[in-house]
Amino acid sequence: MPEQDRKDLTVVGQPLVKVDAAAKVTGQTVFADDLVLPRMAFARLLRSPHPHARIRAIDVSRAAAHPGVLATLVGSELPIPFGILPVSQDEHALALDKVRFVGDPVAAVAAIDEETAEAALALIDVDYEVLPAVMSIDEALAREDVRIHDYGPHGNVHKEVSFDFGQVEEGFAEADHVREDTFFFEGNTHLPLEQHAAVASQGPDGKLTVWSSTQTPHYVHRALAKVLEMPPAHIRVIACPNGGGFGGKSDPFSHELVVAKLSMKTGRPVKVTLTREEVFYCHRGRHPVKMWIRTGLKKDGRITAMHFRTALDGGAYGSYGVASLYYTGALQTVTYEVPRYKFEGVRVFTNKPPCGPKRGHGTPQPRFALECHIDKFCADLGLDPARWRLDNAVAPGTITANQMQVRTIGLRECLERVLAKSGYDAKRGRLGGGRGIGLAGSSYISGAGLPIYWNAMPHSGVQIKIDRGGGVTVFCGSTDIGQGSDSVLAYVVAEELGVAPIDIRVVTGDTDLTPVDLGSYSSRVTLMTGNAAIEAARKLRALVLGAAARKLEVPVERLRAADGRIWDGADSSRGLPFADAAVLAEAAHGTLGAVGSYTPPRSVAKWKGAGVGPTPTYSYSAAAVEVSVDRETGIIRVDKVWIAHDVGRSINPLLVIGQVEGSVYMGLGEALMEEQVFRKGLHKIPSMLEYKSPTTLEMPPVDSILVETLDPQGPYGAKECGQGPLLPVIPALANAVYDAVGVRIDEVPITPEKVLAALDGRYRRPQMPTVAYPETVQVAPLPAAAPATAPAADPALRP
Amino acid sequence: MDKIRIQLRVNGEDRECLAPVHHTLLEVLREELGLMGTKHGCELGECGTCTVLVDGRPILSCLALPVECEDRAITTVEGMAGVTLHPLQEAFAALGAAQCGYCTPGFLLTAAALLADKPAATRLEIAEATAGNLCRCTGYLKIFEAIELAAERMRSRKRTETGTETETETGTEKARA
Repeated sequence: MPEQDRKDLTVVGQPLVKVDAAAKVTGQTVFADDLVLPRMAFARLLRSPHPHARIRAIDVSRAAAHPGVLATLVGSELPIPFGILPVSQDEHALALDKVRFVGDPVAAVAAIDEETAEAALALIDVDYEVLPAVMSIDEALAREDVRIHDYGPHGNVHKEVSFDFGQVEEGFAEADHVREDTFFFEGNTHLPLEQHAAVASQGPDGKLTVWSSTQTPHYVHRALAKVLEMPPAHIRVIACPNGGGFGGKSDPFSHELVVAKLSMKTGRPVKVTLTREEVFYCHRGRHPVKMWIRTGLKKDGRITAMHFRTALDGGAYGSYGVASLYYTGALQTVTYEVPRYKFEGVRVFTNKPPCGPKRGHGTPQPRFALECHIDKFCADLGLDPARWRLDNAVAPGTITANQMQVRTIGLRECLERVLAKSGYDAKRGRLGGGRGIGLAGSSYISGAGLPIYWNAMPHSGVQIKIDRGGGVTVFCGSTDIGQGSDSVLAYVVAEELGVAPIDIRVVTGDTDLTPVDLGSYSSRVTLMTGNAAIEAARKLRALVLGAAARKLEVPVERLRAADGRIWDGADSSRGLPFADAAVLAEAAHGTLGAVGSYTPPRSVAKWKGAGVGPTPTYSYSAAAVEVSVDRETGIIRVDKVWIAHDVGRSINPLLVIGQVEGSVYMGLGEALMEEQVFRKGLHKIPSMLEYKSPTTLEMPPVDSILVETLDPQGPYGAKECGQGPLLPVIPALANAVYDAVGVRIDEVPITPEKVLAALDGRYRRPQMPTVAYPETVQVAPLPAAAPATAPAADPALRP
Repeated sequence: MDKIRIQLRVNGEDRECLAPVHHTLLEVLREELGLMGTKHGCELGECGTCTVLVDGRPILSCLALPVECEDRAITTVEGMAGVTLHPLQEAFAALGAAQCGYCTPGFLLTAAALLADKPAATRLEIAEATAGNLCRCTGYLKIFEAIELAAERMRSRKRTETGTETETETGTEKARA
């Protein structure tokens, strides 16, 4: 029976307590900054006070002579560049000749304690030649004379793309109505409660161990090997449990390389813990994006063509930015039918902290634009926006204009359930008194279909061993950032082997001990590690159940296994403990161990750039948000959120609801208040007091609904749930504000100032900059039966 | 660096250490006394992550000097559990109120102080009491539910212990009934 249809599950689907819950509620989880090693020294980084400057000279001699200082470090000692994507290796552990944002690391010190290291930073003399700074998308496009990097097509353009899927102008010619809108999504940051920390220790054998609060130990491993010019086999990266990630700990970081080198220079373990201000500089958060959307429609609301343009403010370095750029154009087509689609995008460098992946990576911005635009064109055509979404949802199995392959799709059911529970139809336009309701749908990937660097290896590997006492240990490179990935591994293996989750030990995120998993990003972990774990566990299940069958003299097909016992399905009194069967199996077969791995199915998409967007399967969400808007103050109160999420199958509904509620919270923060703003090159708000995020008092009640589509690609049918549910919240809120007070704020955050300005007729709508997009690549539709011959990594991401 | 001798009563134990005169209670708890359960998110009094109890009241240990806390009872998350978990810890674990777990000690201690004052705290009272504690994972809802569940269990245990009937029934209990 296909596993997604299984009805006999005993662990999967249960609201079990997380395997690490007891450690977390007793404060015993060991985060990176909780590590203490004998003789440990402490590092601090000197960061640039200028947004853009050339470094004429650095003199560390006074710092080196300071009592208690053990070593200093400057960029020339680690000259090899790095970066998460092979295509943009543009960062250095410490600046070589230029600094590109306030906070760019310039030099480092290791000392006997943190205060000595900090004091020594003040003794480092840096001679800067201050350069003009570029602080916005428009400035970056206009100032071709000020180049932040010397790579990229021209000026401060990092990457530019233009694709036409299916002759979009022919679609516009068929349209009865064409609507254009411009939107702006301000940048915001992850704000994990845990500040990044790393500890490095070079052992007497010359081998290096780095513990870090990272979501991607495998990529940190690769960056360390490259920059330190050490064999990867001599480097061990251990990802500590992350105190929140949200994408902000998925790049290799300067401070990780710096402590490694300082440990090598001092012969001692070296720790660095960033201050909260430094966490704002590490950033890699949501790109500010300007967007223009033009849609052609028939009178009945059918889309004939869509043209989408984006301009991304990338900040000072590449980070995941090329992928982020493609993501701003990738998923518009997987929710509602778009027969012809054109996407043009540009990412520019600015003198600000680098942007990268934050929950929803590059897709919340266009989703905000698209779902607001839908409500607007529905108003133009006199259509009901809820009905439009239901009528135009794509069908299961669709291959979209941009060659994204939709498999199962629960969008319609998500919309229907949210509409029913929220009473949207009865409320829209009728609440009065400054109250309103808004709706939106969305979709997200369950893991990126292709790896970040070119390779033909699996994306996730799992190794399992069974000991003679019946204990099971699962090894996997995945990293628990709070989402519960360790627990999911335990549940899957417990399900397959028929043991209790408590009898499973999970060892994760250790490049010496665990098979590679690419990391906790792109909502890939449950689907990919889950499938790899199933494969490994089934090999062992066959051995253990085979031994039990011989002992019980029962055909193996008749055996059942659950909760540490194996028994005859026809006579439950005939059975034996799992541990006894494991002993019999080891006697018969030798040491009990097995591996499993997972590689996503090949994408049907064949155009260069199609590496971003494909996934084993898409998740779907819908949200309704009800708000009250105070016309005097412009303050928006969120009264309630209803959200439905197509999770494929809940491996653990308790954890899924936790991800949904957390996504709603983060979406509301972005919609209402979270923003990174700069003045004269300076981050205006690098503190948790000034960077406004929702507190307990702003959090509304949330009605979460789980929709199960049992996708054949997912483990037991499961899809992602950690990022997708954020997406519909932001546009649903914007649509609710319009319903409440009749003004359209075409940007986020939707602050009281903007609402008041709009109510007074003073609101200035966002403007799209003039962008010279490159020559359009015409992408022909796939032949009817498309051969699956996509390369193993996207050529656009290759160096 | 000037160091002073500090005597603290932490989780019922008398502890003594030498620490730089300007070190905060947070630093002394973590670095001198090895009580790593107390976390830090900003060290500027903005996030509530480093909350501990001093004489039963929640304070931000990143803004407190240890000398202010001498002769006072300090409780950290390590002092909440004995052989078994505190009802708040049980409820946080059972309901998924700890995702990454980094803000959890601060929330637990803030909630413990609240429930000591108001054993039948309402949802609004819980939200107000914890408004100074930031959490980026949960959206706070599971935390509210866990505090309510723990409060209900603590009241029920107290009733069993004292054999008295309860004075008020909260909405939570009604909902669960």
